[in-house]
Amino acid sequence: MYDKEKLASLAKQKEAWETGPAAKTLARFPEQRKEYSTASGIPVPRSATPLDAPELDYARDLGFPGEYPFTRGVQPTMYRGRAWTMRQYAGFGDAEESNRRYKYLLQQGQTGLSVAFDLPTQIGYDSDHPMAYGEVGRVGVAISSLEDMETLFAGIPLNKVSTSMTINAPAAVLLAMYIAVAEKQGVDVKALDGTIQNDILKEYAARGTYIFPPRQSMRLITDIFAYCAGELPNWNSISISGYHMREAGCTAAQEVAFTLANAIAYVQAGRDAGLDVDSFGPRLAFFFNSHMDFFEEVAKFRAARRLWARLMKERFGARNPRSWMLRFHTQTAGSTLTAQQPENNVVRVALQALAAVLGGTQSLHTNSRDEALALPSEDSVRIALRTQQIVAYESGVADSVDPLAGSYLVEYLTSQIEAKAREYIEKIDAMGGAVAAIERGFIQNEIQDSAYRYQKEIEDGRRTVVGVNRFQTETQVPFDLLEVDPAVEARQRARLTELRLRRDSAQTSAALAALKDTAAGGGNVMPAILRAVRAYATLGEIIDVLRGVFGEYRSAVAF
Amino acid sequence: MPDSVGLEAKIRVLIAKPGLDGHDRGAKVIARALRDAGMEVIYTGLRQTPEQIAEAALQEDVQVVGLSSLSGAHRHLFPRVVELLREKGMGDVLVLGGGVIPEKDITSLKEAGITEVFTPGTPTGAVVEFIRRRLSGGGA
Repeated sequence: MYDKEKLASLAKQKEAWETGPAAKTLARFPEQRKEYSTASGIPVPRSATPLDAPELDYARDLGFPGEYPFTRGVQPTMYRGRAWTMRQYAGFGDAEESNRRYKYLLQQGQTGLSVAFDLPTQIGYDSDHPMAYGEVGRVGVAISSLEDMETLFAGIPLNKVSTSMTINAPAAVLLAMYIAVAEKQGVDVKALDGTIQNDILKEYAARGTYIFPPRQSMRLITDIFAYCAGELPNWNSISISGYHMREAGCTAAQEVAFTLANAIAYVQAGRDAGLDVDSFGPRLAFFFNSHMDFFEEVAKFRAARRLWARLMKERFGARNPRSWMLRFHTQTAGSTLTAQQPENNVVRVALQALAAVLGGTQSLHTNSRDEALALPSEDSVRIALRTQQIVAYESGVADSVDPLAGSYLVEYLTSQIEAKAREYIEKIDAMGGAVAAIERGFIQNEIQDSAYRYQKEIEDGRRTVVGVNRFQTETQVPFDLLEVDPAVEARQRARLTELRLRRDSAQTSAALAALKDTAAGGGNVMPAILRAVRAYATLGEIIDVLRGVFGEYRSAVAF
Repeated sequence: MPDSVGLEAKIRVLIAKPGLDGHDRGAKVIARALRDAGMEVIYTGLRQTPEQIAEAALQEDVQVVGLSSLSGAHRHLFPRVVELLREKGMGDVLVLGGGVIPEKDITSLKEAGITEVFTPGTPTGAVVEFIRRRLSGGGA
């Protein structure tokens, strides 16, 4: 994009500046650090110039918003047409309590729902299973049967909201429950709008809510792809997530690399199952973290979009432009929030939210100030939601699409992250792809090494965390924390016992037997799971059938 | 002839994840930091019941058990581990807790026999030092 002669002359001028005025200043006032680099280890120039991204070609590398390679955004008008979806991840206690929180959030101007399930639900245990002890309703809502799901969405018409569900190993079951609730509400199932996370690979790599071994899990995922392609045209059948790997400690460049490496594995699995890439490609969604290193984060989102578009078009031959688009949800970085002086977290979240918006996110969760201490209270959630509303409606940053495009620094970082991610993807390809890389612990080790390095940097003072290793004060938490009602577990147990007595057990058993046959036989399990859900088979019963057929995954314990 | 390292027995530590919580960044960072500080560290991996943890502590003959939970289940699970250790005659094992643990829970955890609770932001060095001091007979 730049004229070669002009670049050469600029290089000379830059040298003159460096040896002249810059050197003079440095001699009198040394810089605070010897080296400046991003969290991913990309060197940060003193002041970026066109020389830092000399190959950048506007038409080839940026394009216009809504056009290939989508560096500038997936829609032509972005937030001028409609602000991003403000979607706070929420859920705790039982279905009734969470239903109340959802209605509160919708009243406060939230525009989409995001369901947090408790750990037993996420790992396929009913609330009355021994492994569920102490965990029921803690980090999310406890859902053990269709009945709980009906309560969760009571009074919320499913054709009027879009719902994202953070559910992975048992995603098929919770999706089936959602469909069944819609049927009971009399809503057209084809109109359902939402997302299931359904991204099992990052569970092995970082998040930990796996159930079945990787290969069997991949089959469940492609079953869901195929089912959604036919039955739920507006549903995002997966949300391929870098978020949790970043929370577990990886860098921005690794986040892009590992997320897209996993995405490649899903696309490949879909194709191996006989699906046309353009039949499910447009329904793949992504989920990223927005961390503290502001410009690197903005660049990360842009790099991820460009790299995915190129991969889908060049590597997989996708023809539908919607298959090329990387649409993503963002959550601010919970792991950057401090238990010390927790009010300061509001500012961290605001900066991270700003980076996500400047990076062109489609939806956003802003974390609450109290998340290093407990589940967020209603007050804290409101402040978090207001933070994004201020970014959206007061700051003006949403008025021009991709406003940091052309910044020498941001374009340089965007190219660097794309290049680093490509290198990792090639390495993972050489190992046989993401599934093999996870099976041999490569991605886990990379994440752990980065996490340890980050911690050491905080401890030796190379990285500042305000209130933690600098500017500390002794303070009390200045606000109330949420407490989950300890009676939830007992209530859930009683409810389940009662349901098991009340339901038509012959129908339930027949549905579970049919599911077992389908799972063992290799047919698509979605219709069989839907049948079991409608017959009020519990989540645990359904997953137990699949555990019997698929086996269970045990992770290695290296550190 | 034993070398100089062999003369001083290494401190043995079990790092465990009770319950269903999958957040193990902190557990792994602590495990590595203790190992780098010269301790013998065993990490259980995810999803351990209190029974499994107490059994592992016995089998591995550890002096320290570090429990990590970020899911809010600490109130149930940490005291249960202490109880089971006592039943196995391992009441003298130092039990430490870490994770997202509100201030008001810390008092009751200590009453239940958890020696110390380390919350987010604790430098790994502080944990190393705490263990060394306690095991050499020093007070908290």
